Amino acid sequence: MNHIKELLYKMADDLLILGHRNSEWTGLGPILEEDIAFSSMAQDKIGQSQTLFQLLHDLGEQEPDTVAFTRNANQFHNAIITELPNMDYAFSIMRHFLYDTADQLRFDMLANSSYEPLAKVARKVKGELKYHVFHANTWVKKLGNATEESHARMQTALNEIWDDALGLFEESTFEEQLIKEGVFVGEVELKNRWLAIISPILSDSMLTIPHESTWKPNIGGRVGKHTEHLQPLLDEMSEVFKIDPTAEW
Amino acid sequence: MLTTNEIWQALEVVKDPEIPTLSMVDMGIITKVEIRGESNVYVEMTPTFTGCPAIKMMENMVSDRLKEIGITTVEVITTFDKPWDSNKLTARGLICLKKHGLAPPVKHEGEITQDLLAHVECPFCGSKNTEMKSPFGPTLCRSMHYCNDCLQAFEGFKPVV
Repeated sequence: MNHIKELLYKMADDLLILGHRNSEWTGLGPILEEDIAFSSMAQDKIGQSQTLFQLLHDLGEQEPDTVAFTRNANQFHNAIITELPNMDYAFSIMRHFLYDTADQLRFDMLANSSYEPLAKVARKVKGELKYHVFHANTWVKKLGNATEESHARMQTALNEIWDDALGLFEESTFEEQLIKEGVFVGEVELKNRWLAIISPILSDSMLTIPHESTWKPNIGGRVGKHTEHLQPLLDEMSEVFKIDPTAEW
Repeated sequence: MLTTNEIWQALEVVKDPEIPTLSMVDMGIITKVEIRGESNVYVEMTPTFTGCPAIKMMENMVSDRLKEIGITTVEVITTFDKPWDSNKLTARGLICLKKHGLAPPVKHEGEITQDLLAHVECPFCGSKNTEMKSPFGPTLCRSMHYCNDCLQAFEGFKPVV
């Protein structure tokens, strides 16, 4: 079961951490609709992470709240791209586009997983993520094709975040077992399908993916090696929980 | 002893906490009702969205309603065994949404595309000369639209597969 737990942990942690980052746009979005969009995506992601933590709990891990709020940074399995600060709106939109396209594909693939409890959740979540991808595609195209400044900021964001995005596909030590048992088709396959989807959208948006010879996937997140940005996020996220961990909500 | 049909009927008065014109039965989120013995009922529900914050509240509302009609042992659980999709809304449910000023979800055939959301029928004037302003709205299950004919902003209930 360790291979399934590892898969669930990294997915749940990605959703929880990026969900928290999304929520940091609440009240600060550049226009009201965007404020609402990022807040809604935050709610979706945190809800989805809770459902995955529940699957982990069913496999003998601790309660979802305990798992979400009491671990330290080095016990988290999220990819580094999810923990980076929001920066400007171009950066947030670009991360949203790169991450959510990958996540939607991941859940699409998991809808056929041989691990039925996860397949059931995936069949539901993939439909929800569709809206995240619609939103991301709309804004990438809009900002990529709008003014010189918006285009330049989007290209800068893409250049800066590219290696972090590749870190989403960091392979697990259980990769072979997951593939063999039909639990998940694996990170390599996911990355290839992801590239095939994002490439035409980026070129429609006049944006250029960095040259392949320069790619250096920023890995480590899946094994608990994080940037200095994660611990402060966790401290803030768990501040209320830690005041009274046994409180009934 | 009550029949399964009577239980379903009793549940028709339990409304969605966000949309007071719509019952949870018409919403299609109650997926199973089973009588398990004298005064013992088991109910399965499934959320519209995984992150819906009203799930616990709705479980309690169902349980309270069944206790009100004299069932002593009620078990309500939320599962993804039969996931919700927007085609599960009943015909009456669609009318209730419209009454509340929400555009009902477009019927889908297994796939949601951006085109499907582009010209949702305005719940106020019936025009299709509308545009989607955002796929996100005040709750996870709603999107925001604008009608170019009656010049009203309106919300739509999202189609979901």
